[in-house]
Amino acid sequence: MNPVFWILAVLTVIGALAAVTLKNTVHCALAVTVAFAGLALFYLQLDAQFAGFAQILIYIGAVAILVVFAILLTRGSETPRTGLFSRSWFAGMTIAAAVFAVLGWAVIQSAHVLPHESAAPAVDVNQIGNALLNRYVLPLEIIALLLTAALIGAVIVAMHEKGESK
Amino acid sequence: MTPLAGYLLVAALIFAIGLAGALTRRNAILVLIGIELMLNSANLNLIAFWRYGPHPELLTGMMFAVFSIAVAAAEAAVGLGLVISIYRHTRTTDLDEMNRMKG
Amino acid sequence: MQESLGFTPQLTASSIAHILWLIPAVPMVAAGAIALMKQPARRLASSLAIGSLAISLLLALVAFGHVLTGWSHGFAVRETVNFAWVQMGTGTVDLGWVLDPLSAVMAVMVTFVGLLIFIYSTGYMAHDENYTRFFCFLSLFAGAMLGVVIANSLLLLFMCWELVGLTSYLLIGFWYQKPSAAAAAKKAFVTTRVGDIFFLLGIVWLFSESGTLLFYNHGAGALEPNGIAAMLAGHAALGLSAATAIGLLIFAGAAGKSGQLPLHVWLPDAMEGPTPVSALIHAATMVAAGVYLVARVYPLMAAGGTLSHGATTTALTVVTWVGAATAVFAALIAVAQNDIKRILAYSTVSQLGYMMAGLGMGGVAVGMFHLITHAFFKALLFMGAGSVIHGCHEEQDIRHMGGLRKEMRTTFITYAAGMTALAGVIPLAGFWSKDAILESAHTWKSSQGPYFLLVLGALLTAFYMTRQVCYVFFGQYRGHGHAHESSSKMTVPLVILAFFAVTLGFLGTPVWPWFRAFLEDRHAAFEWAGFNEPGLVPLMLTSTLVVLVGFGLGWLLYGNKSPRAEEPDALEKAAPTIWGLLRDRLYVDELYEATVIAFYSWWARVADWIDRRVWGGIVAAITLAFRGLAHFDRFFDQQFVDGGFDKGCEEIYSGGGLLASTQTGRVQHYLRLLAVAVVVLAAILIWSSRG
Repeated sequence: MNPVFWILAVLTVIGALAAVTLKNTVHCALAVTVAFAGLALFYLQLDAQFAGFAQILIYIGAVAILVVFAILLTRGSETPRTGLFSRSWFAGMTIAAAVFAVLGWAVIQSAHVLPHESAAPAVDVNQIGNALLNRYVLPLEIIALLLTAALIGAVIVAMHEKGESK
Repeated sequence: MTPLAGYLLVAALIFAIGLAGALTRRNAILVLIGIELMLNSANLNLIAFWRYGPHPELLTGMMFAVFSIAVAAAEAAVGLGLVISIYRHTRTTDLDEMNRMKG
Repeated sequence: MQESLGFTPQLTASSIAHILWLIPAVPMVAAGAIALMKQPARRLASSLAIGSLAISLLLALVAFGHVLTGWSHGFAVRETVNFAWVQMGTGTVDLGWVLDPLSAVMAVMVTFVGLLIFIYSTGYMAHDENYTRFFCFLSLFAGAMLGVVIANSLLLLFMCWELVGLTSYLLIGFWYQKPSAAAAAKKAFVTTRVGDIFFLLGIVWLFSESGTLLFYNHGAGALEPNGIAAMLAGHAALGLSAATAIGLLIFAGAAGKSGQLPLHVWLPDAMEGPTPVSALIHAATMVAAGVYLVARVYPLMAAGGTLSHGATTTALTVVTWVGAATAVFAALIAVAQNDIKRILAYSTVSQLGYMMAGLGMGGVAVGMFHLITHAFFKALLFMGAGSVIHGCHEEQDIRHMGGLRKEMRTTFITYAAGMTALAGVIPLAGFWSKDAILESAHTWKSSQGPYFLLVLGALLTAFYMTRQVCYVFFGQYRGHGHAHESSSKMTVPLVILAFFAVTLGFLGTPVWPWFRAFLEDRHAAFEWAGFNEPGLVPLMLTSTLVVLVGFGLGWLLYGNKSPRAEEPDALEKAAPTIWGLLRDRLYVDELYEATVIAFYSWWARVADWIDRRVWGGIVAAITLAFRGLAHFDRFFDQQFVDGGFDKGCEEIYSGGGLLASTQTGRVQHYLRLLAVAVVVLAAILIWSSRG
């Protein structure tokens, strides 16, 4: 296996672990940004440049910022009195471990039937643009609608209401 | 182990970590972070299969992943907006205390 | 005696015979109509009753005329109309009616006396509020009595006989609020019932021996030669023939209804009813029904012996002795009574004994003649007593009356006429009829005992009637208030009856025995030679003498004196023990009370005990079992069914609660569940695809 793969894997996993275990919420947000970046690098390594850059732009550039804003707006930086993890954290851990076990088992079981093309596809933006507007035009329009709705919805939800407590 | 299997395992690991975070952390925003991680791991799966699967010239996997990223962004926006709104009402983001739907 | 000439029997029924059934039917229908009327319809009710009986009287007179015409032309009229009533296999039970001299005479008497008493009742019961009910019962009684009279079938006779008994009960107990009246009605019914049981046995036996219940049926009837022969051939116990036994059983029924010796106890108590009832039922008609019955079945009773040869039958002997004994027994008791109606009641019992004795010794005509004359003068006496009671403001004790011959002239004169007729003073009706009985008693071959008893009875009759008349009409008035004469509605019938009491006797004198000839289908001619019968004139002189002695004794003891109520009676002073015995009615009632009634009460108590303890116990046990079952059912239902159901519901509830506990309201919890589901599904998928 490619050593770059291992480095990136370790980076991403550590980032993810940090994101879910750190005490300070802002640190978690930053850690998850690292994880996003690692994933973007994964995409680049997999010759999905468009997806990698889209990942950087959107996830790191928008979602992570949003998360930080939300943390700031909800005073999440303060350490909660009652502890970080919920009362029944052990059950959650167990379940997550079970999920990983099942998925890993599925992968290893089917390792011999997985396809393994090694030729790198040549993808350019022209093709992507064509595909978006020809083959995937319907999902595109629906996504547009969805984004509009989400925009409006988010505005309404987060709007200050009249006479509300400050 | 084929490269594809490696990517899949990494994706599974990130998925499990994200799930663990979503299931165990008290803060609602951290739950959302966990969900974002899960989504990302799914995207990684998609891209990996696109790269190593048949007919990559059809761009199916990448398109799927791109749309997934777009939807995830929208969902993150709405979700965080909801968390802020709830914070305004209850002055807390602690999920353990939000059990008004208790039956 | 006239020689019997050839009389050709008339076989075909005339038109009057065909409508003869209307005579009892019309009053019965009137009774039904009156029963449906409301109480205030008084005048309508009495008019209907009187009108219906008047129609019956007219029909009876037409029938009588028809028979009379037939008789005068030499026909022995006996027309029957029979019809089948019930079909039983090959045999039928027939009913029918008969028109012959006996039924014609009786029908005329009943309707005529009945009509007069109905008219009298409109005055007597004018102040009673149950006027309408009274006339309904009276009408029903009249219909039933006439049914007995014209019946050709023993079954029809019995049915009407029972109806007569019922109406007698209803009328005796007319003022049912009085406990004594209700008790008297019950006593009358039960006592006559005792006689009726024997009567019914006789009817059944007669049917089995002769095969028919019709009296006359063109040769096939029970009283016709074939039927009589069949019954004579039958055997009963004690060496009697079936005919004798049946005759005795039928006589037992007649004895109950006519108050003969052992069964006479109800008649004096029956005076609790209103006076018109006493006059009609217990003097003239119903009590005469028993005598009429014996007269009807006379061929049966006389079967096996003939009077002219001096050999009499066992049945007739029994009838004679019972009658004679009753005559004297009742006359003795009448001497010591103080209620005006009771004296007359015992007198009726005594005269009924005379009639029975006359039937037994002299045949149908002798007994029936006395019955007819007695009906008239006894009804007269009772109605006169009613007038007296009315005039003395409902006073019935003779010791509180007196001197009424001045205030109640008409009543006094008619009463005197009736009293002398009863005592038997020549030439009044009672003399001729009683004399005929005495004559037949004197010539009776079996024994002279009845003759002496009947002569003693005549003496006593004269005595007690004089006593009564002296107490009531002579002396000073000892009652309260002022006595007044009654209205014309009451006195006019008295006068009419008095007329008949005086003149009716001339139908049966020895010089012109029309009545006897009419009944026995002979010719009757008027001849003075009738007085030349051997022993007749001495007999008439003897009876007149006896009556005068009775009058004399009575006048001597009670004459124009007015003893006050508290003073003992003159006879009582003379012979206190005998007086006491007689006043207490010779203790017959007490005897019955001690024996029959005591036994019956004991039996009633036993039956009650069985009913309450045994049957009641069984019912209670069953009830208890059911209640136990019900309790068990309830227990079972509550514990198992309800409990089970409740438990099930509880489990569901708690199960629901259990399931609801998964709804914690915490999002992460739901997420965990989702994840678990995913794990499980994925595992299943992978597992299945592996194989």
